[in-house]
Amino acid sequence: MIYLQLFWAFFQIGLFSFGGGYAAVPLIQNQIVEGNHWLEMSQFADLITIAEMTPGPIAVNSATFVGQQIAGLPGAIVCTLGCILPSFIIVLVLAWLYMKYRSLKVMQGVLTGLRPAVVAMIASAGLSLLSLALFNASLFDIQLSDFRVVEAVIFCICLVLLRKKKAGPILIIFGSGIVGTLVYCLMR
Amino acid sequence: MHENKSREALAQMSDMQIYWKLFWITLTLSASTFGGGFVIISMMKKRFVEQLGWLGDEEMLDMTAIAQSSPGALGVNIAIVVGYRLKKVMGALVCTLGAVLPPLVIISVISVFYNQFRDNTYISIALQVMRAGVAAVIIDVVIDLAKNILKMKNALWVIMMAAAFLAVCFFKVSAIVIILICGAVGLIYVLTENGREAKR
Repeated sequence: MIYLQLFWAFFQIGLFSFGGGYAAVPLIQNQIVEGNHWLEMSQFADLITIAEMTPGPIAVNSATFVGQQIAGLPGAIVCTLGCILPSFIIVLVLAWLYMKYRSLKVMQGVLTGLRPAVVAMIASAGLSLLSLALFNASLFDIQLSDFRVVEAVIFCICLVLLRKKKAGPILIIFGSGIVGTLVYCLMR
Repeated sequence: MHENKSREALAQMSDMQIYWKLFWITLTLSASTFGGGFVIISMMKKRFVEQLGWLGDEEMLDMTAIAQSSPGALGVNIAIVVGYRLKKVMGALVCTLGAVLPPLVIISVISVFYNQFRDNTYISIALQVMRAGVAAVIIDVVIDLAKNILKMKNALWVIMMAAAFLAVCFFKVSAIVIILICGAVGLIYVLTENGREAKR
């Protein structure tokens, strides 16, 4: 029963992928390439590339891709369900506990301590994305000669629009994509 | 005042209207979110806190911590918490569907046309440039959030924010470790504060 196997494989990926993003990649590789031989290593590399180039979490993207390749659209749906079911249950339990006990002093303390940490983590993610946008490299491999002027200008304009004009995020993202592509095409 | 007004508006909407709005927001955010879970959290904060006023700043941070404490994709987890907070289990289901549908559809289509997609110059340029816009959205949100922490005028939280930033950014400490340590520090802080109050 291939659907059951697919579901179970992605259920485990969903259950054990703590830390988000690339933390899930070795788990997926282990289940898909080594455990079940559903994809070759080269196909797996392609899958990671696609997942990076498209919106959506890597785990959900690979669930859809593997399911689609192995068992068509029903396979894709089964894999995606398996992948999100564990977090759905765990998040609901935590959210329920949060809403029930958040006025407790103890809970308040824990939450107050977590807030600066969460801000720091978002800041760190923002910084690594910024270095990728402006230098096309991760934070520690930056070379000043790779500085991309077009992206830097777009970044500054977007930031001003967000801060001063309260522009919507979706408009900003697609706007920067369209304007930037036009600029690059005109520069050729 | 703004917040009260927005909450009133929320109370006056019918269930169906709210479900539809939740579905539509998570769907559009999920479809335009390139670059990982924190991007979607920044975008959700802009929509739900700043534009709609349905959630508070601190609530959004608490929910982010919950989403991070669970396994699975951050972008999906945050949709589940926000949905649950606003409309219980049904809201969570609606938001999950909205968050998962775009990647499901997009990857299904791409897995058929993969080679053409990978080799298209315009697509790769657009994807590279869009990162600049995404980075701007995150940095904008970070500025607001960091300001709030500074406004608490408590050196402990500012130092913790700086330390956590260094730990994540330069020492690659995992999110779980950071969450455990900072949660423990907050807990100890509150307990010792209580002790001091009791002695007075």
